[in-house]
Amino acid sequence: MKPRYFEYHQPTSIDDVLELLSEYGDEAKILAGGQSLIPMLNFRIASPAHLIDINGVAGLDQLNLTPEGVQIGATARQRTVENAPEIALSYPLVRRALVQVAHPQIRNRGTFCGSVAHADASAELPSVVLALGAQIIARSSRGERTIPAKDFFEFHLVTALSADELVVEIQLPPLAAGSNGTYVEIARRAGDFALAGVAAQAVIDEGGTVQSLRMACSGVGPVPQLLEEAAQLAIGSDLSDELLLEIDNIVRTTIDPPDDVHASANYRRVVTGTVVRRALKQLRDESGSNHD
Amino acid sequence: MTDTTTISSGHKTVTGTGVKRREDRRLLTGEGKFLDDLNFSEFLEAAIVRSTVAHARVRSIDVSGAIDLPGVAGVYTAGDLEELLQNLPPKVVHPDMSHRVRFPIVLDEACYVGEIIAVVVAENRRIAEDAVDLVIVDYEPLPVVASTASALDKDGPIAHLDAPDNVCVHITQKAGDPDGALLSAPHVLSETFVISRGGGHSMEGRAVAARFDEVAGELTVWDATQAPHYARQMLAVFYEMTEDQIRVIAPEDVGGGFGPKAQFYGEEVLIPFLAKKLGRPIKWIEDRWENFVSSAPERTQTHRMSVGFDDEGKLIVIKDIFEHDQGAYCLGLQVPSITMSTLPGPYKIANIHSELFSCYTNMVPTSSLRGAGRPQAVYVMERMMDRIAEHLGIAPEEVRRRNLIQADEFPYAVGLLFRDGSPLTYDSGNYPGLLEKAESRIDLSAFRDRQIRERKEGRFLGVGIGMCVEGTGLGPYEGARVRLTNFGRIMLTLAAAPQGQGYQTVYAQLAADALNLDMDVIDVRHGDTGNIPFGQGTFGSRVTANAAPAVVDACTQLKGDLVKAASMLLGVPVDQIELSGTGAFVVDDPERTMSLLEITRAFNVGRHGIAVKPGSPVGLERTAYFTPERAAYSSSINICVVEVDPETGMVELLRSVLVHDCGTVLNPLLVDGQVYGGFAHGVGNALYEEMHFDESGQPQTVSYLDYALPGALELVTPELVDQETPSPLNPLGVKGVGESGTIPTPAAIANAVEDALRPFGARFNRLPITPMRVLDALGVLD
Amino acid sequence: MTEQEQITTDLHPLHLTVNGKDVDSVLDSRISLADFLRHELRLTGTHLGCEQGSCGACTVIVDGVAVRSCLMFAVQLNGSTVETVESLCVDGQLSRLQQAFHEEHALQCGFCTSGFLMSLTAHLREHQVTNDQEAREALSGNICRCTGYAGMVKALLAVGDGESTTQ
Repeated sequence: MKPRYFEYHQPTSIDDVLELLSEYGDEAKILAGGQSLIPMLNFRIASPAHLIDINGVAGLDQLNLTPEGVQIGATARQRTVENAPEIALSYPLVRRALVQVAHPQIRNRGTFCGSVAHADASAELPSVVLALGAQIIARSSRGERTIPAKDFFEFHLVTALSADELVVEIQLPPLAAGSNGTYVEIARRAGDFALAGVAAQAVIDEGGTVQSLRMACSGVGPVPQLLEEAAQLAIGSDLSDELLLEIDNIVRTTIDPPDDVHASANYRRVVTGTVVRRALKQLRDESGSNHD
Repeated sequence: MTDTTTISSGHKTVTGTGVKRREDRRLLTGEGKFLDDLNFSEFLEAAIVRSTVAHARVRSIDVSGAIDLPGVAGVYTAGDLEELLQNLPPKVVHPDMSHRVRFPIVLDEACYVGEIIAVVVAENRRIAEDAVDLVIVDYEPLPVVASTASALDKDGPIAHLDAPDNVCVHITQKAGDPDGALLSAPHVLSETFVISRGGGHSMEGRAVAARFDEVAGELTVWDATQAPHYARQMLAVFYEMTEDQIRVIAPEDVGGGFGPKAQFYGEEVLIPFLAKKLGRPIKWIEDRWENFVSSAPERTQTHRMSVGFDDEGKLIVIKDIFEHDQGAYCLGLQVPSITMSTLPGPYKIANIHSELFSCYTNMVPTSSLRGAGRPQAVYVMERMMDRIAEHLGIAPEEVRRRNLIQADEFPYAVGLLFRDGSPLTYDSGNYPGLLEKAESRIDLSAFRDRQIRERKEGRFLGVGIGMCVEGTGLGPYEGARVRLTNFGRIMLTLAAAPQGQGYQTVYAQLAADALNLDMDVIDVRHGDTGNIPFGQGTFGSRVTANAAPAVVDACTQLKGDLVKAASMLLGVPVDQIELSGTGAFVVDDPERTMSLLEITRAFNVGRHGIAVKPGSPVGLERTAYFTPERAAYSSSINICVVEVDPETGMVELLRSVLVHDCGTVLNPLLVDGQVYGGFAHGVGNALYEEMHFDESGQPQTVSYLDYALPGALELVTPELVDQETPSPLNPLGVKGVGESGTIPTPAAIANAVEDALRPFGARFNRLPITPMRVLDALGVLD
Repeated sequence: MTEQEQITTDLHPLHLTVNGKDVDSVLDSRISLADFLRHELRLTGTHLGCEQGSCGACTVIVDGVAVRSCLMFAVQLNGSTVETVESLCVDGQLSRLQQAFHEEHALQCGFCTSGFLMSLTAHLREHQVTNDQEAREALSGNICRCTGYAGMVKALLAVGDGESTTQ
C-alpha cells in the first residue's frame, strides 16, 4: 500500500505556492497535515502528479485572537487550536469538536484548515465552521477572496475552491457576549467518524431565552447541513423539554441522510434528532449554571 | 569455571508461578525480529494483482505494460506457473463433502474479490505496486453468490462454473431421539440467530520471504505462520521436493496469529517458487487491504434453533440447523464441525439434533479465528437458556444451574463426535463451580436491585451470562527436542511457533523443573523446521496440552543422560547424583560437582580422535513427541454488565466477571493475558466487528475506518477468577486457554443487552449488536 | 537519470536528527517516514499495521509530539527531530514505562508495542495518568489485538504519577 509517483514541491513562500498551483492546477494537491490526504495516497484512491507541501511556508501557522475574531492559518495544527486556552474559553464549540476529531496523534499533525478544505461530509470541523459562520480566505495568483462557510461546501470532498486556490486562513467571527457552543456526536468508537453529529452555537439570555442559534450537522448528506428550521423554532424560546422534543422531530424530518455500512438513513435521521436535542439541552443547562 | 554454590544450592520450582516474559525486552526496545525486518541486500519485493470482481471468467491478462516498467523483475500469471496448478487441499474434510479446486493462482475463473490473478516482482514494493496498476485483466462477470441464503436458494446463482449447486457439505449429528422429544416436550421455543463475518486482525499481516541456495539445493522460506511444519509439508508436495530440501522458519517474532495464519495460502506457494526461479530472494508483505480481502475470516453462520424443556426449565432436547459460509473455497470443515459439537456446552441434554449446511459463496474463503466456531454455538445455546428463563419466569442463572453436568459426572459422554474425530467426551470440569464463583463475585441480587432503581432514573442496565465448554489440545502430536549445547547450556527446541504466547518463558519454566536446573541456563527456540523435523502448529488452543508433556518427557530423558554422564565423570553411582543450578553434584558430598560445561566437553564436544568409555552418553540430546488420546475440555463463564442508551443504541460495557478453567496453570501471568486478549476479541464480535459485502460480492469494509476493532475505551478489564480442574489426559493436567476469553463473551453481552432493554421487549438475534440494530430492535426506526 | 526512471523516483535531499544522531539522505519523495526509518535507517522497531493512520503501530515522536509515521513522507522531515522506540532504553536501562510494560505483561506479540510506547511516552511528558479512564483515553489512539489493553492500563497507572519517564 504505497503511493503512486508524485513530484514533491516544498515552496517557502505563499507566492511560490500560488505559482505552483497556477501552473499545475488540477494535477496538484496541497499537503498540509496530510492526515486525510496521505491515507488516500497510500490506498491509491488519489494520485496527484504534484504534491505542494505548505509546511515550509513561514507565517501560515498563526492562531490570532483579536476583537475581530480568530484567524487560523493554513498550517496551524488542530492540536494548537485545541490547546489554546483562549479558544477553550471563547469558542468552546471549537474545542469540544476538536477533542472528538480522530485521536491526538492525528490532531498533532492534522491542520484545522486542512480538515475544512478536505470537506469530508462526516467530519466535525466543516459543521463547526458552518455553525459559527466562519469565513474561508482563499488566495490564488489571481487574488484573494473570502468564501462564507455556507457557500464553501459543494459535495462530499468537493468545495468552492478553484484548482489554483489555497486556503490561507479561516476566520471565526467574534461572538456576542454570552454566546456558547457545543458539539455532540455519536460514534461507534472514540475517534471514529460520527454516525450523527451536530455543532450548535447559541446566545441564551439571562432569562433563559434563546436570542440566536446556528446549528449544523455532520454525516447526513454530501455536505454539512445547517438546521435552519429547527433553529428558528428554538429562537425566542426557553428550550423547554417539550420544545426540545419538537425540535428533535423537526430535525428528523428536515434531513435526508444516506445509507451506508455503518448505519441506515433512518438511524442517522433519528439519532441526529437526538444529538440536536442533547446539544440544545446542554447549552440550556449551561446557560442556567452561568447565572446561578 | 565451576561455581559449586550455583550447582548444589537446590532447585526451586518455577512452573506454576508468574515468571515475567523473556520475550519482552527485545520487543520493548525495538529489537524484535519480525519477517519484514529481514534484510538481504539483494531482496526483491512482490506485490499481487488481485481479482476486483467477485465472480468472473478471466478472458485475458495483459502484463506487457507492467513488464516494461523499469525495476520490474517479472510478472507471472497462471500461464507461467503451470507446475503450480495443483489443489490447495482443505484441512478437515468429510466423505460427503463436495470439493472445489483451489489453485494458488487463478487459472481462468476468479471466485472472490482478492483472489490472486498475477504476481509482480520488482526492486521494491513501490515499483511492484506501480506494475500491479499496469496489469490489465479482462473479466467476463458471472453471477455472484454473496450470502449463505443466496447460496442455498435452489434458484439462486452458483459460485463456481460447472458446479451443480453451492452445497459444500450437509451433515447431521444426533443423540437420543430429538424429533420425538420435540413433539412431547412441555415447552418448545424456536429462534433464528445470525452471526456476521469478522476477521482475525493480527496487527502484523501475513508475510512470506524465500531464498534458494542453488549449491545446497535448499529452499529457505520465512513465513509469518502459525504452522511452519504444515507449510513445509504443503510446499514439499507442490514442489516435489523432500522435506529436508525445504526449511520453513516462522520468525522468532510473529505479530499475532488468531487463526488466519494457521491456514496455507497461494502466496506461500508462489513466492518461494519465484525466488527459486529468479535466483533472487523475494519478500511479500501483506498490507492491510490485502489482509481484509485475502486472509481467511470466520464467524458467518445462520442458526435455526429449537429447544424443548420441562416446567422446571430442564432441557429435554435441542435441535439446531445452521448454515455456514465457507467462502469461495473450503479451507476445511473445522469451524462448522466444532460449532456442531460445542452446542450442548455444559448442559445435560438427552436428545440432540445438530445439522449443518455448509456452502460456497463468492467471498473470501473462511477458516478458524480465535474461538473457531465455538462463539457461534455458545451464542445460540446461551441465548436460548435466557429465553427459557424468561419464558418460565426463572432467573437465568437458576435455569443454568438446573441443567449443568455435575462435577462427579466426568468423564461425560455427550453423544456426538468432536472435530478431531473422537467421541465428544468431556474429560474433567466443575461447571457448577464456575457458576457459583461468578455469581458470588458479581453479586447478582445486588445488581438486580440497582437495575430496578436505575430504570426509574432512565438508565438501562443489564446483566448477561455466557457459559461454555471448549475442546482444546487437539492432536495428533507436538514435539520437543532438548540438547546440552557445546557451551554448557540447555537448548530446548519446540516445533510449534508462537505469536505472542510466551513460549520462550513458559517452556523454560517447565524444562527447568523437569531437569532440576536453573531457568537461566535454558534457551528456548521454536518454529524452525530445520531444528526439529516434525510438528503441527499453533492453533485450536492445542499447544500447551501437546507440547508441555513433550517438553517434560524430553527433559526427563535428558536428565537421566546428564545424571549418567556426571556419575561417570565423578566416579560415583547414578543414585548419588542430583542435578541443580548449572550442573550435577554428589548427594553425600555436595562440594563435589560437575558443571554442564564439563559434561558437554567430555561427551558432546569430545576430544577429536580420543576414545571414551563404552556406553558413554555421547551426543546429549533427546527428542519427544506427545500424542493426546483426544481433546481436553476447558470451560468458562462470563457474566457481563452493560448499559444501553435507548435513544442512540450505544452499548457501554461496564463490567465482566470471567471464571475459566484450563486445568493446571503453568504461568498465571500468561494465562490471564490470554483470557484478557480473548475477551477483547469477543467484545469485538459482540458489538463492533463486521465485514460487509454488497450484492455483487464487493467487500465494503477494507480498512480500519470501516471495520471497528475495539480500543481501550471500548473495553473493561474483566475480573478473573481461577478454577483449576486438571485434565486426566496428559501428565501435567493442562488444557488450552487461548480462546477461553472469546467464546462465552458475545453470548454474555447479547444476553446483557437484551436484559437491559427487557422493559421494551427488544430482541437481539444478530451479531454484532450495533447502535443501529439496537434502535431497530426498539422499533424506533420503523 | 534516464527518462524512464523519472517515472518512479523523485529524489530530494534530507537532513534530520533521529534518536540524537544526524542523518543525511537523498530520498524518493513517496517514501513514508515509517519506511525510511525501517528500510533506510534499519530502525525496524517502528512497525506498519495499516498504513492509513488508524492502528497506531507506526507512532513515533516528531519534534516533541506523537505522530503516525505512515502519514508523513520522510522528505517532509527536513530539519526535524525524530524519536523512535529504539531511543527509549538508555545505557541498557529500560525506561520506567518500558519496565512497567514488562512487569504488567502489557505486551504479547509485541508488534503494536512500539507505537504504544511512543504515544504514551509523549503523553506522559505532558499529562499525568491517575485513573482507569485517563489511562484508557491515553491508549485509545492505538490498537492492540493481543492483550485487551489490561496490562497496559496497569502499566500506565504505575508510571502515570508525573515523574520522569526516561529512567
